[in-house]
Amino acid sequence: MVRRDKSVGIVETQYYTFANSPSELELESGEKFGPITLAYETYGKLNSEKSNAILIHHALTGDAHAAGFHPGDKDPGWWDNMVGPGKAFDTDYYFIICSNVLGGCKGSTGPASINPLTGRPYGLQFPVITIKDMVNAQRYLIDYLGIEKLLTVVGGSMGGMQALQWVVSYPDRVRSAIPVATTANHSPQQIAFNEVGRQAIMADPNWNEGDYYGKELPAKGLSVARMVGHITYMSDVSMSEKFGRKFKNTKQPFKFSPEFEVEGYLQYRGDNFIKRFDPNSYLYITKAIDYFDLANGTGLREVFKGITAPFLIIAFKSDWLYPAYQSQEIARACKLAGIDAIYCELNSNYGHDAFLVEVDEQAHLIKYFLKRVAGGLGVIDEHSV
Amino acid sequence: MSTASNGISLDHQIIVEIVGQSSSVLDLGCGDGELLSILVREKNVKAQGIEIDDKAIFDCVARGLSVFHDDIDSGLSDYEDKSFDFVILNQSFQQVKKPDTVLKEALRVGKKVIIGIPNFAHINARFQIFFRGRTPVTGALPYKWHDTPNLHFLSILDFVNYCKQRNITVEEAYFVGSGKKVALFPNLFAQTGIFLISGGSKPAAEDSPERNSNGQRR
Repeated sequence: MVRRDKSVGIVETQYYTFANSPSELELESGEKFGPITLAYETYGKLNSEKSNAILIHHALTGDAHAAGFHPGDKDPGWWDNMVGPGKAFDTDYYFIICSNVLGGCKGSTGPASINPLTGRPYGLQFPVITIKDMVNAQRYLIDYLGIEKLLTVVGGSMGGMQALQWVVSYPDRVRSAIPVATTANHSPQQIAFNEVGRQAIMADPNWNEGDYYGKELPAKGLSVARMVGHITYMSDVSMSEKFGRKFKNTKQPFKFSPEFEVEGYLQYRGDNFIKRFDPNSYLYITKAIDYFDLANGTGLREVFKGITAPFLIIAFKSDWLYPAYQSQEIARACKLAGIDAIYCELNSNYGHDAFLVEVDEQAHLIKYFLKRVAGGLGVIDEHSV
Repeated sequence: MSTASNGISLDHQIIVEIVGQSSSVLDLGCGDGELLSILVREKNVKAQGIEIDDKAIFDCVARGLSVFHDDIDSGLSDYEDKSFDFVILNQSFQQVKKPDTVLKEALRVGKKVIIGIPNFAHINARFQIFFRGRTPVTGALPYKWHDTPNLHFLSILDFVNYCKQRNITVEEAYFVGSGKKVALFPNLFAQTGIFLISGGSKPAAEDSPERNSNGQRR
């Protein structure tokens, strides 16, 4: 249930543009790319020492709108149950930043953005990007906001990958990290599911080698990609609870139209996805996720060496897309590298989606972890939390 | 376990006394983190817990502690030799599936191990078995047979002999009755035994703690 009284209220997306010629961002591929615009939102107030800033990272299809309401909207941002006054990321104490990733389609520069050299959308002219590139772009935003050191970097799923990449890329700029339902490297099974999604999009004749802007969109391909995604985000139990073997109410003559509720749900979610997501962005971002390998051939423990930021690592028991063993690998590397860490595997039936919906226990862990990390910085009233 | 005037139970007090200032401590089966948080407060230790129960983990995190959600039976293999000054197994040793493996691992990753066990040979337990023919329920063994988390039932004497057989050095031994230290016949009168042990490969210590009647450092 949405409780407006605990909400950050009406919020507005802001934009920051950088990497203008000739200071383009050097991507991991070696290519130089710019200009880059990042869409971002902030909640709460940055304190005078700038010590209370938290960077939240969204997952594959998320955006900068983590909390509060856009004018006229009836639904709040995607992590509104975690961000706001009195919530896990308490805006009474912390300054929360969330930005749309590089390659995204919700205000940040991505394949649907206009290429200044051609005056047309990039499409497949958009460069290959990685999680590291997303994080490097965010660093420009954090510099621009004048924040030397983030109190924490946090995110679930792909957001957790960015949080991990932040600590490794910029160990001096983060005080702690909260990777949730994530992995330090994408597994073959995870890559395989992403590939099915990509193939569905590319098999849609409207995809047209990524050149579909202003024309008929590859909506059906994107829809199938989203359907596969949704299956992997749920669990056997959560699907049984939500749909069972129930049939939809409307009986029609047999023509392979959706009969089961689960079919109807997936089709509805799939068909609506085109309204808010660019198929090319889906291709680029899933590829960035697949490339993600934090250790990059060396041991994770080596990569973590020298990191002093404490970790709060959270996994969910029913998450089979990002199984707990992947979080345990992160925890194990923390042990070996001497990183102060908390690892907790939460009970939930919601599968991978749990990080978005399973609030209470996650909020408890995050709230007290942040209290400890912020201790001594004058960020919070130590007795009131 | 009875509690002294400062709110700290006697077994916790004994462990706090053993642990050195600013040392690193791994508490296996740390429960709600009470002991670890006392150690942080009193001895400024670098604390890490391992605990299997998620509710207990929430309590630990609320106390500001670092804890891994893991099984003691398998959670130690990742650590390098002598990663911690002290590894603590307080009232958890008798609950693990493979005590041999766990103790060997604890002695490997810790320079020293502090172990607290409930004494199955306490006089009350003996009385309940011998005269009443019932599975004992005592202060240190408060569970009924059908809901006990304990998998192994050992006496103080059992543990001392066990250490001897494995060349584990018992450096210090403390015996706790109901609310006070026990001086005489600990295997009969102590509800709990707390041992500071080390080694596992060196020759066995010559004397055994049941002769150490004053419960002081030897």
